[in-house]
Amino acid sequence: MTASQLSEPIVIRGRGIVPGVAEAEALVTRETISGWGGVNPIKGEIIETRHELVGQSFAGKVLLFRGAKGSSGWSAIFHFSRLAGVAPAAMLFVDMTAKAALGAVVTHAPTVTDFDVDPFSVIATGDRVRVDGDKGIVEVWKK
Amino acid sequence: MLRLTPEEEAMASGARGKAAEKAMDLLIRYAKALGAERFVETNNVAGVPGSAHQWLKDQYKDDGGDYRTVFCKFDLDADEVFDIPVMTGNACHLQGGMDPELWREQGYSPEAFENAQGDEKATAALNIRNLKTCTPYLAGNEPAFGEHCAWMESSAVVYCNSVLGGRTNTEGRESTSAAMITHRIPDWGFHRDEFRLGDHLVEVDVPVNNIFEWGMLGYYIGEIVQEEIPVIDGAISNAGLIELKHFGAAAASSGGVEMYHLVGVTPEAPNSEKAFGGKSIKSRIRYGAEERRKTYENLNIRGQSTDVDYVMLGCPHAAIEQIEEAARLLDGKQLNDGTALWIFTSRYVRTEAQARGYVDIIKKAGGLVMTDTCSAIAQSVPKGTNVVALDSAKQTHYLPAFMGIEAWFGTTQDCINAALTGKWRGELT
Repeated sequence: MTASQLSEPIVIRGRGIVPGVAEAEALVTRETISGWGGVNPIKGEIIETRHELVGQSFAGKVLLFRGAKGSSGWSAIFHFSRLAGVAPAAMLFVDMTAKAALGAVVTHAPTVTDFDVDPFSVIATGDRVRVDGDKGIVEVWKK
Repeated sequence: MLRLTPEEEAMASGARGKAAEKAMDLLIRYAKALGAERFVETNNVAGVPGSAHQWLKDQYKDDGGDYRTVFCKFDLDADEVFDIPVMTGNACHLQGGMDPELWREQGYSPEAFENAQGDEKATAALNIRNLKTCTPYLAGNEPAFGEHCAWMESSAVVYCNSVLGGRTNTEGRESTSAAMITHRIPDWGFHRDEFRLGDHLVEVDVPVNNIFEWGMLGYYIGEIVQEEIPVIDGAISNAGLIELKHFGAAAASSGGVEMYHLVGVTPEAPNSEKAFGGKSIKSRIRYGAEERRKTYENLNIRGQSTDVDYVMLGCPHAAIEQIEEAARLLDGKQLNDGTALWIFTSRYVRTEAQARGYVDIIKKAGGLVMTDTCSAIAQSVPKGTNVVALDSAKQTHYLPAFMGIEAWFGTTQDCINAALTGKWRGELT
């Protein structure tokens, strides 16, 4: 039984930038993420020394993060994570950059940005989240 | 709404061949994600086309697993494999995986070297220049003011936008490979005037006058402004090429700074008013003694043991003046037994350093001048390294996280001293 059969979700809307639909547990950071040098793409794990998610894996999760920072290898690292089978199931971010846009596109994970409400006020780590990248709709079931 | 020119339509429809069709398909998906309305033409593209470790090639072994396969399926994110045409514009390859001569010292196998050599030949055959450096602006690719570029390498991007007045976003591997074929990149971000104006005012209250100080200032600012644009005013001096190289690299690694303005120094900031262009100032940030001390502590957070095994200089790749400085400090001396010194630079600068005798002086002292890569890119340090000393805030940000080693950050002199004595004695004065 999926979460969507249990209760009414909170719905937020944004702009879908990578198509597809995915439902998974959320992993949330208000910090930006460094791709190359900040992520181990074979494990899908955050490795940046002082990052709040250091040691945690985003594999198969709905990753909500502020945006991308650091190296131009951002897209390639998330692209690698897809090949290694440890990409996020879906991505949600608020700060648009070339790195984040390209990274989302080549990761092929349904992605939504430009939200009507602050997604950090709605989604917390562990919540069940369904991301519709075609319609730009995000449904949230609080844990 | 993204609009295409007739030529872009022709490429997207396949009328200009399969490679242009697939490259446009990727660029269109990317432009739509950004919300761009058009493309700009670019004739200056810097990326890492086609190069791949064996691991990546193995992911595509059912499709051939060669250079062409990686270029099509990874770089262009295409679902089939086709021939890549010879490039017609100024396309260059940035830093790569290993030194073409000192690869054994870097710990590579003959198989890995063969693989890298094959990729390099394939790149050259496509008329892509193998600059093999993170500092293309020190190796013959210096964009003109206002030129639209599509560059990877965050430290080169921030230098291009801020110091040269060229125009580029921090592009990725896939977008640069596609741009080499199409001469197009989305007209978004730093290609547009309004995007290049300042957001935050940084007032510098302590003297910032060498790469150590400039690196810390950049590291501090990047963490606060993230990807927004700082306008820096105050006690800054000696803002030369080397200082700005270190400053931008630091700001682009602790944050995502892709452009900054130095009032009275950089070309789009003759004064503070021009730098902000009428936009309101989002915040005022002060950099004084306390901020400087905290930044120094953050950069040295992974330093414990003062026994230094390895000193790495040349991040971003050393300019000739920096190799000259190292040679001067090392002339007639010997490195500590058990401490290695690797200095990284471009092939272009190494040739000059060799001609001037610096490479031999450094070698006589026990150090090596290497090209193409760096310890973070290659994820390679001398065997048995537990503690590294660095004069680059950027390298300090990345290397210990990659390698699980301790790191000290200090001045170039602190680092050379550590190489000569095996002891870290750097401190904030």
